[in-house]
Amino acid sequence: MSRFAQLRKSFAEQPWELWTRQITAILRMDLRKNFFSRRGIWIYLLAFAPVVIITLHAIIDRADPNQIHTDTEVLAGIFQFFYLRFGIFFGCLGIFTWLFRGEVIEKSLHYYFLAPVKREVLLLGKFVGGVVTSVTLFGLGVLASFSVMYGHFGSAGQYYVFSGPGMGQLLAYLSVTALACIGYGSIFLMLSLLIKNPIIPAAIVLGWETFSPVLPSLVQRFSVTYYLKQLCPVSIPADGLLALFTVVSEPVSTYAAIMGPIVLAALVLALACKFVRRFEISYVAE
Amino acid sequence: MSTVLGDREQVTGNREQPESIVSTASISSTQAACLENRILLQNVSKFYGEVLGVNRVNLSIPPGVTGLVGPNGSGKTTLMNLMTGLIRPTQGRITVLGIPPDRPEELFRKVGYCAQFDSFPKGVTGFSFVYNTLRLHGLDDRESARLTFEALERVSMTEAANRKVAGYSKGMRQRIRLAQAIAHHPTVLILDEPLNGLDPMARAESLELFQALGKEGLHVIISSHILHEVDKMSDQVILMSSGYVVAEGQIHAVRTEVKEHPMQILVRCSDPNLLASRVFAQDHVVEAKLVDDGKGVLVRTRDADAFYLLLNQLVVKDNISLETVAPADDDVNSVYQYLIGSENKTI
Repeated sequence: MSRFAQLRKSFAEQPWELWTRQITAILRMDLRKNFFSRRGIWIYLLAFAPVVIITLHAIIDRADPNQIHTDTEVLAGIFQFFYLRFGIFFGCLGIFTWLFRGEVIEKSLHYYFLAPVKREVLLLGKFVGGVVTSVTLFGLGVLASFSVMYGHFGSAGQYYVFSGPGMGQLLAYLSVTALACIGYGSIFLMLSLLIKNPIIPAAIVLGWETFSPVLPSLVQRFSVTYYLKQLCPVSIPADGLLALFTVVSEPVSTYAAIMGPIVLAALVLALACKFVRRFEISYVAE
Repeated sequence: MSTVLGDREQVTGNREQPESIVSTASISSTQAACLENRILLQNVSKFYGEVLGVNRVNLSIPPGVTGLVGPNGSGKTTLMNLMTGLIRPTQGRITVLGIPPDRPEELFRKVGYCAQFDSFPKGVTGFSFVYNTLRLHGLDDRESARLTFEALERVSMTEAANRKVAGYSKGMRQRIRLAQAIAHHPTVLILDEPLNGLDPMARAESLELFQALGKEGLHVIISSHILHEVDKMSDQVILMSSGYVVAEGQIHAVRTEVKEHPMQILVRCSDPNLLASRVFAQDHVVEAKLVDDGKGVLVRTRDADAFYLLLNQLVVKDNISLETVAPADDDVNSVYQYLIGSENKTI
């Protein structure tokens, strides 16, 4: 039997059905906690703060169809500077570092560890729960921002969205949001297994994501925003320091830009699986 | 039989029955493979930085109820956490029915652990707490619900099942954790201080439950501070102190091995004065004193077997009729006092 055939056989023999049921059970428990805990209110604020600002803009400023282009750039700026580099980043920090560390603080992680669940399956289940939560919250935030921004233009806005480039831009924003959650989420989940205080790793990752554009292009590929900047549908005219956040020096293909964060997340999660297998429960030390 | 562990002597009371705790210091890998129905710890140590958790523990625990006894900080919880993989040993090897603790997907099909942590996921009811764990096992909704009700019934928590755990009393929280540990019908049940916070009625029910589970052939490992309860329910005991196992085995056999403390035997008979004078003449008898009511003799002897032989002879020769003959310090409490009590006054 060839090596490939052996691999395929071994793959088929894995208890996928059981793992799926276990991941579903983890999701049932985690989604409730992720969405409805008081501790997560600030993540809702991060996701929906731009909606409030755009709504105020819609109420105060008179809708002028000639302004659509300018407002499109404003929305692109909000997405790239606020959502991508701040809101989703810190939202994922709050959601994903809490997946394991929060259970340790609340002294409830042992209930997961005492179930017949492979630690890797547990990690994956919790990660999927984090992704569903963050994508839902920030996806809804982006969708609401987009709707209010173009909604206040009336028929001109409707035409822009449904007959112009609007719908494509919306799908791109939502895709980038999802990829950002997957990329950042995997990194924060892994770091939470290694370091108790999330502030330090957050600062390091934020520094890395901000200043990696000045590093050699090969090194830049280990940054989530390197890929996501290229997928943003509207480019922002930026000079000076702002260009650091928007310009991609050596762009890759769209396919590579989509796969980049996914592959990066897969690698980081593989490493996290190694850590979670060795993770010990010591509530006293927390 | 005794095994020397560093500067400490581990008393192993395994003379009488093959199904008792044995030291695994000398178990070969072939023998270990034959001991798949046991919980094996081979040369296990755990250090928290420079702080000792447990040191060089060698145990082979058979089915039945095993009491884990020792003062605070003696390493009981560490030992239980090691068996269940919540922490990893610094050195040594552990298998539970042949399964290493780093394979939770297999281990927890057979093991239920009621840990000492008095904490619960936020907002759960008693029912959902047990039910959610069973869903993690991969069971479907119907089967999970059935097993949940069964477990709740076994710990008399059916009526409070739909109330939030946060509103439970300490005893109820203890019982719901027990329900969660037994819900999937484990073969090994590890219980860390399971009687804490229970009222006398619930204690008696729990003791009965543990004994019944032990009789069903389960491994039931219970840590407790309450020595007479351990004595009542345990088939064998493990005594721990400062991270070391100081004694293990059936309590009678362990007591016999504690040579420096003569065995106390209370004999109630028709002529205690005569009996006292006869036995006191023997070399192995250290003390023979009349009890307060004057109807019995408390004998302290270095050789219990020789004493019982002598007693038989006296009964025939001097026509003494016996009412009761009972060891007075052949229990966990006495063994604990002899082996640990002097160095750790609190338990």
